[in-house]
Amino acid sequence: MAEPLMASIAVTVNGVEQVRDVEQRLTLADFLRHELNLTGTHLGCEHGVCGACTVLVDGISMRSCLMLAVQANRRSIETVEGLAGESGLNPLQLAFWERHGLQCGFCTPGILMSLTELLRDNPRPTEAEVRDVLSGHLCRCTGYQNIVAAALDAAAALDQGVAQ
Amino acid sequence: MNALESRVIGRRMRRTEDPALLQGKGRFIDDIKIPGMLHAAFVRSPHAHALISSIDVGAALGKPGVAAVYVAADLLRVLKGLRLPLHFPAGVLPDNAMPLVLAPREVCYVGETVALIVASSRYLAEDAADEVFVDYEVLPAVVDPRAAMGADSPKASLDTESNLFKRFRVGYGDCDQAFATAPHVFRETLFQHRGAAHPMEGRGVIATVDPGADTMTVWSSTQMAHEVRANIAEMLGFEEERVRVIAPDVGGGFGAKFLVYPEEIAIAAAARLLGRPVKWIEDRREHFISAIHERDQYWELEVAVDGAGVLRGVRGLLTHDQGAFAPHSITVPYNSASSVLGPYIVPAFGIDVIVARTNKVPVIPVRGAGYPQGTFAMERLLDRVAAELGLDRAEVRSRNLIPAERMPYSVGLINRAGAPVVYDSGDYASCQRRCLEAAGYAEFPARQAAARREGRLIGIGIAHGVKCTGRGPFESGTVRVSTSGKVSVYTGALAMGQGLKTTLAQICAEQLGIDPADIDVTCGDTAYVSLGIGGYGSRQTMIAGSSVHLAAAAVRAKALKVAALMLAPETDFVLAGGKVEVAGRPEISLPFARIAVALHGAAGYNFPEGVEAGLEATFHFTVNDMAYANAFHVCEVEVDAETGHVQVIRYVALHDSGKLISPQIAEGQVHGSVVHGIGNALFEWMGYDDAGQPITTTYGDYLLPTATEVPNIEVLTHETLSPLNPLGMKGVGEVGVIPVAAAIASAVESALQPLAIRIREMPLTPVRLLELVLQAQSGSTSAKGGHA
Repeated sequence: MAEPLMASIAVTVNGVEQVRDVEQRLTLADFLRHELNLTGTHLGCEHGVCGACTVLVDGISMRSCLMLAVQANRRSIETVEGLAGESGLNPLQLAFWERHGLQCGFCTPGILMSLTELLRDNPRPTEAEVRDVLSGHLCRCTGYQNIVAAALDAAAALDQGVAQ
Repeated sequence: MNALESRVIGRRMRRTEDPALLQGKGRFIDDIKIPGMLHAAFVRSPHAHALISSIDVGAALGKPGVAAVYVAADLLRVLKGLRLPLHFPAGVLPDNAMPLVLAPREVCYVGETVALIVASSRYLAEDAADEVFVDYEVLPAVVDPRAAMGADSPKASLDTESNLFKRFRVGYGDCDQAFATAPHVFRETLFQHRGAAHPMEGRGVIATVDPGADTMTVWSSTQMAHEVRANIAEMLGFEEERVRVIAPDVGGGFGAKFLVYPEEIAIAAAARLLGRPVKWIEDRREHFISAIHERDQYWELEVAVDGAGVLRGVRGLLTHDQGAFAPHSITVPYNSASSVLGPYIVPAFGIDVIVARTNKVPVIPVRGAGYPQGTFAMERLLDRVAAELGLDRAEVRSRNLIPAERMPYSVGLINRAGAPVVYDSGDYASCQRRCLEAAGYAEFPARQAAARREGRLIGIGIAHGVKCTGRGPFESGTVRVSTSGKVSVYTGALAMGQGLKTTLAQICAEQLGIDPADIDVTCGDTAYVSLGIGGYGSRQTMIAGSSVHLAAAAVRAKALKVAALMLAPETDFVLAGGKVEVAGRPEISLPFARIAVALHGAAGYNFPEGVEAGLEATFHFTVNDMAYANAFHVCEVEVDAETGHVQVIRYVALHDSGKLISPQIAEGQVHGSVVHGIGNALFEWMGYDDAGQPITTTYGDYLLPTATEVPNIEVLTHETLSPLNPLGMKGVGEVGVIPVAAAIASAVESALQPLAIRIREMPLTPVRLLELVLQAQSGSTSAKGGHA
């Protein structure tokens, strides 16, 4: 039997460099979840549609189920575990909490990451722009509307924070 | 005296569940790791119907990391049998209505479990699954439930004489007389499809045994932890008390996890055989082909009315595609037939129901449990009546509603338990009136005319929905104050995203005068509560909530009694901030912790007189009658007659779920269930080809609604208190989905009114709608179902 093909990778995850030997076929999602125990990134479909596994790779949203860990070598990954700061939930997370933007919470981490990217690129998105980003995510619980409201609230809160 | 001070019931509040979930600190099934854990993958049937000639596991056993490969006979070393125990009273259906843990000889649907691989990783287990070679003798598959009833149809199972699981009639009154004398009789043929539940988290199980103690612990992403425990104990020959089942954070259920599945038993058996923890995590393709569906129903209906559109009778035939097994008996088709009645007075009623066995995934309830189909049937009939008689659709409904003053209303049906079906309460006319006003129904013709001048086809649709909620017989609720003063709630109800922990904390906090956020709620762990039923049928806030309410009230009474003994007798007290205080003199108080310590007792010291040990209480609120929640929905759509695209542009949903404990959570349930209904109406289709091969097994093929397909849902509420429980609650979770497909079909007809198209099916996909438009434009009529 052939030995598994291994590779050594160095990945920065939420600001911390991780050096690991991994099997080449290991997905980034499984690397995060099972090698680093960052289980906040969830797998809903494992075929790149549901968006639950979305993480930021060098600041750009990616499906971690469709990417191999070796492809993340020398890149910087952000996951849901990196969102909250020293003082607790960040404005996007707080807006989700306030607006009842989650129910079972399984799809939530991926959605938070896509919205993090959106709000960085476009600090005052319209509802249509928020919905466009969310269309890359499936949520069976919420009907999306409180997620949209939370994203718009977070944008307003972040904007105010910048203005102050 | 001793009045409640807090008033947290009915308050909008942030959920206690959320901070952990928002930081990726939830604990879902695949997040759990046990030292020494192995990973499983299933070999599943690639054929809809076949006999297994042989299984060669040799190559798979030689693959790296493989610990074991099991076929059915192997599991019998630790299982009492291969067939899952009946989940319903014996005699309703034959025993072979239940699925098998692993198929020993005959496979009856694509996706049925045939063999199980256990390896050191999920990757290696799946590698080895590809190396299990199964020789099949392919048999003819039964795909269409109508054809299944033909005398020359092949059998969906060699184990049965007939493809008929059951034939039954739901009805009352003299239909023959009603139809013979009615001024008008109209006929409709409907095709109705509901896809699958599709929680975003699939299924998953971990089982571990402690051979020394002869105990087993199982984590499962389930809606029914206690039932999983009972089944594992029975099939593996454990005492029930030696099996602990824990439902961790559950990433949605919607019916898909309201079943003890073959995989749960197989994983428990593998752990028993290997003496090591074994984990199985379903992938989405497996979910499509082995987690339950609702799927297809064919309806032939007749409605009898007088000249004013008042109902004389409804009758018809429902042919239901049950799939290969019927693990929840006839619940879906029974509910579909009985829910035709909705909020209406129907003098004579009769639906014959054929439950057909086919070679597809078994059917059990998805959110709404067959009610959307019955509702679609009746609401389509009423729209037809309105069109035929030239009446307004809302007016036809008004003329047939059960008046509020006739509540409680005995509808005439006898349920499966032999008791009359009685609507406990409801004010359907008020709900309709308020919602029509809010939606601007009366002004719609002007909007429609203006849109037509712009070349836009818009339509408005309406529908009622009534849903039985709060299925008993009971649910458990324990309220316990520890000696630190911490308040905890334990229940057999099961949280799967509905905010149950917050809602139960609110009910408990109301009695104890504390912040709900300070209450720990534990759900779905059989180690903490001996009896429990779980999450389904829009029941948990009502039934578990009533138990928690009664238990918290008992704890409150106990705390007051001890305070009177320890502080001052014959005094008025208030409960606030985790203390019992003398009314008006908050400086004289007794913390819960001290009361709990006193009731904990100490050897050699006197115990408070006349009080039971422990500052805690347990109730099992028991109820057989159902509380009927209702909704009235109005939606507007825009139809593109060139492409068949339907966009829902406005949606107003009025809901009466009795007393709302947590209004923001209830609204969120309505949002989600309405969008589920939009999926059923326009997108979701679990397709099979003529050979019984599933053809929609990715989210690229099976379309769930996304954020760009759905509008904001405007939610209005009405509170008719149910007399069936102490707080007047009714269920919420499923109610929103009930009227949606009916309202959308009504709206599409309204938009295309110049073409006089009748919508007789769901889902209504763009291709199908375009077909209907082209047929109408070319002058031909169409009465055929879409996917038929």
